[in-house]
Amino acid sequence: MEKEKLLITSSPHIKDDDTVEKIMYGVIIALIPASVMGVYYFGLHALLLIIASIAAAVVTEAVFQKFRNYPVTITDGSAVITGLLLALNLPPGLPVWMAIVGSVFAIALGKQVFGGLGHNPFNPALIGRAFLVASFPVHMTTWISPVDGTTTATPLGLMKLQGVSTDYMSLFLGKIGGCIGETSALAILIGAAYLLYKGYIDWRIPLSYLGTVAVLTTVFGQDPIFHLFAGGLMLGAFFMATDMVTSPITKKGRWIFGIGAGILVVVIRLWGGYPEGVSYSILLMNGVTPLINRYTRPRVFGEVKNNG
Amino acid sequence: MDNNVFLISVISMGGIGAFFGIVLAYASKKFAIKVDPRIEQINEALPGANCGACGYPGCSGFAEAIVEGEAPVDGCPVGGREVAEKIAGIMGVEASATQERSVARLYCQGDCEVAVDRALYDGVQDCRAAQAVNGGPKACKYGCLGFGTCAEVCPFDAITMDENHLPHVDIEKCTGCGKCVQACPRNLFELVGVSKEVHVGCKSQERGKDVMKVCKAGCIGCRKCVKACPFDAMKFKNNLAKIDYEKCTSCMVCVEVCPTNATYSDFDKRKKAVITDECIGCTLCKKVCPVEAITGEVKVKHQVDPEKCIGCSLCFEKCPKDAIKMIREE
Amino acid sequence: MKTVTFKGGVHPPHVKHATEHKKIERAQLPPKVYIPLQQHIGAPCKPVVGVGDEVKTGQKIGEAESFVSAPVHASVSGKVVSIETLPHPVGANVLTVVIESDGKDELSEDIKPGGDLESLTPEDIKKIIREAGIVGMGGAAFPTQVKLSPPPDKKIDTIIINGAECEPYLTADHRVMLEHSEDILFGLKAIMKAVGVEKGYVGIENNKPDAIKKMQELVKDENNIEVVALHTKYPQGGEKQLIYAITGREVPSGGLPMEVGVIVQNVGTTAMIAKAIKTGMPLIERVLTVTGSAIAEPKNLLVRIGTPFREVIQQCGGFKQTPGKVIMGGPMMGLAQASIDVPVVKGTSGILVLSKDEAKQYQERPCIKCARCVDACPVYLLPTRLSHFAQHGMWDEAEDYNALDCIECGSCSFVCPSKIPLVQRIRLAKSQILDRRKKK
Repeated sequence: MEKEKLLITSSPHIKDDDTVEKIMYGVIIALIPASVMGVYYFGLHALLLIIASIAAAVVTEAVFQKFRNYPVTITDGSAVITGLLLALNLPPGLPVWMAIVGSVFAIALGKQVFGGLGHNPFNPALIGRAFLVASFPVHMTTWISPVDGTTTATPLGLMKLQGVSTDYMSLFLGKIGGCIGETSALAILIGAAYLLYKGYIDWRIPLSYLGTVAVLTTVFGQDPIFHLFAGGLMLGAFFMATDMVTSPITKKGRWIFGIGAGILVVVIRLWGGYPEGVSYSILLMNGVTPLINRYTRPRVFGEVKNNG
Repeated sequence: MDNNVFLISVISMGGIGAFFGIVLAYASKKFAIKVDPRIEQINEALPGANCGACGYPGCSGFAEAIVEGEAPVDGCPVGGREVAEKIAGIMGVEASATQERSVARLYCQGDCEVAVDRALYDGVQDCRAAQAVNGGPKACKYGCLGFGTCAEVCPFDAITMDENHLPHVDIEKCTGCGKCVQACPRNLFELVGVSKEVHVGCKSQERGKDVMKVCKAGCIGCRKCVKACPFDAMKFKNNLAKIDYEKCTSCMVCVEVCPTNATYSDFDKRKKAVITDECIGCTLCKKVCPVEAITGEVKVKHQVDPEKCIGCSLCFEKCPKDAIKMIREE
Repeated sequence: MKTVTFKGGVHPPHVKHATEHKKIERAQLPPKVYIPLQQHIGAPCKPVVGVGDEVKTGQKIGEAESFVSAPVHASVSGKVVSIETLPHPVGANVLTVVIESDGKDELSEDIKPGGDLESLTPEDIKKIIREAGIVGMGGAAFPTQVKLSPPPDKKIDTIIINGAECEPYLTADHRVMLEHSEDILFGLKAIMKAVGVEKGYVGIENNKPDAIKKMQELVKDENNIEVVALHTKYPQGGEKQLIYAITGREVPSGGLPMEVGVIVQNVGTTAMIAKAIKTGMPLIERVLTVTGSAIAEPKNLLVRIGTPFREVIQQCGGFKQTPGKVIMGGPMMGLAQASIDVPVVKGTSGILVLSKDEAKQYQERPCIKCARCVDACPVYLLPTRLSHFAQHGMWDEAEDYNALDCIECGSCSFVCPSKIPLVQRIRLAKSQILDRRKKK
């Protein structure tokens, strides 16, 4: 029974059975509640946007990899996440072709030009969204009310422009105007709980991000609960700021990342031109992530500290 | 109004440009660091690969060392004679009698077709890393592991891996910088004069029967080459043939007799002696020929039998009239 | 149970069930033993027997000529049939004495009990340990007597006996603690006397409650010896991690345990020290775990040093599945073997044979910067960065990022979802950094 050659490898000889695919599909599962709520509130068009966005992302990734003679890795689920996250960040009434353009842009220029999975400095879905906001500002800020299907404003927009607040229950359940996947805090929290339970995201980033927003809005005399549940903060904090590829690898770095993003959100929301600032806050912090990694190297065991 | 805006812009932008221009110009004069111009000149003459073969940190480091008198003008093994002469010119000294250019030669012929593996290997595709895993997957403990670390470290792209995972050195591109010599965990590269064309492609010190078990192209210690060498250039130690390059004339006789082709050379490069009309029939060449390939009577032009001639150049060196030419066969 | 531990680490599956309740069995004498003259870190031994010589069990056959070395002894009685370079489980070929057993297992006359612990001086104890050829039996095989002889400026105040056995599959130390607990206590006392130390600990992972209980009962009247339950986590048995867990001291980066006044010894080594003092028997046999899905009858065996793996595996019923990978030691830090025709050496804590299906080859995927390796690293390195530097030949950067502090525990590679051979790359970086230092 030992005619065949033995395998020699460097230790360790056993590996954890978690894989990139498992993590990616875990994130997709965690996004299902938010997606379902989005479709429930905003109807079939939302579903169509989600499907189109995912399909465009996957096809773009496949075409790009084929074209560059790389192995096609669309089954790893990472392109699906990008497409889905982008769709969840789109206004429910957006023309489908715009979603496709955004998705193609997100994968092509947000991810593949940098070398594909693991090499992109910015969250590709947010790159896609930023591109769409810059290209189609009117469409990207036209919101539909989940109550009657008429055009409405987001709670943050109402707050910023008219000083009108929205009741907590609507915010929590998501019966408000906003992007497809961002309105229902409840659905997002269900997904987030799953991710935290599975260990696919680090609690430090959402905690420091949300915490900073809560503290700063309180300090500046705003309603912190309103700010936590309004807009895309919940979705951003749990699903986009925590993107492994574009957030810091050190624990200290993750705190800094969350706090920095929190400060940026509050600054944009309170004093900026836009009512919402989650995507830009995350993109900006993505940009400084390599720097954060560089300056938050942990103390090596046995370094400095002696005979503790 | 419109003109005014235009004018103001031009003046202010121009003014800023002029201001910084002046500041920069002043700064470059004021804070200029005096550099020996020869360093720059030498740096330009050097190949610029920053390979470190000279022992200094890059080409500019070497250039500084020359100007400071620490390094010899012919200290760049890559640039060879040409560069050494240039540098000697810059420094105003004579370049010492320059040696022949050295190139890296591989001392293993055991590609994946002829040499067997004793195990499967999975992991980092680097010879040094594979060597650290139980000595690597190759059955021969001395042979090439074939992961191409030499090709990766070569700064001159002179090493390519063939389809059987054996590296090949492009003699034209190789500069003898020695990076591959250092990188190979099995020490399979040696720097040898470029004119040396015969090499023993095996480093196995195993006994012949053990070599045969693991590789078809290994030196099995039969010593046929030792017996065949007309110049006593083939030594035998530790179950392995080794060429004394001082004595070797690249005649390739050893290659002909080697049963496993462990000894290799490029037969296309084999030279043949040809006697020209200058020959005065002194018979010196006939006497020196180790294979009796030259015939002829005294005071009559001699002839070379190309079938017998092994291209050893002994007659060429001996001929008092320079009537013998060594010609490469086509 | 109150437990202590370190920061970082991973939780690989234990897989100890196959052998943890099996008593240590004495293996049959092999017909031939292959005893390498280097089974330790340090200088190889010089053979003191010749081909054709008759040797007896326990007779010295290789003399240690330098300080960091350990002599080797004949593990059977019989005739030396050859002395040649042969494969060694650590990789390179090593000069090896081959002895054909006469089956009588006659003891050498040199073997005499060392005497009472009370009457022995520290120097006597160290001499017995050296002469018995005892080395660290946890796997690293560092000569024990060298470890027990710190330079005079290093004040040692604590001895820790390492019974963590954090490697999955292995149960040899566990069984030694259950079946030879008195020897461990005796050995610990001998070490404490040899080094002049008042405080001794035995650290045991809490997945071995029976061993903790047994040892605790044994030391209940010893007021300077304590049994500490350790949280079950890999690499709890790493020296630095163990010291941190028990004493809270951090061994300085690049330093040895003695710099924080601690010496750590493996339980097997400690029991062997007791045996050497009590009977005079040198290290010629050891307990090892033979296990894995491809082994028909997993066992804890007492095996003579120099017995080929093949022989040991046969005594465990041979293979029940096609073997895919043979590992000397545990699955986290053990060494994969290209062949089973290598001998058991002093550092062989186990023979683990994975079936062909279990011996997976992994497709490396791009790093997704999940930082699980960073969280797992027990010395707080950034394995993903180090691996990146090693991949691109950036040795200076790797050195700057403390590659040399890596203890090669493999936790990073274990948790990596992209299956990147992180620790192998870091090893490469370490060897390159050390090479470059040597050249300077």
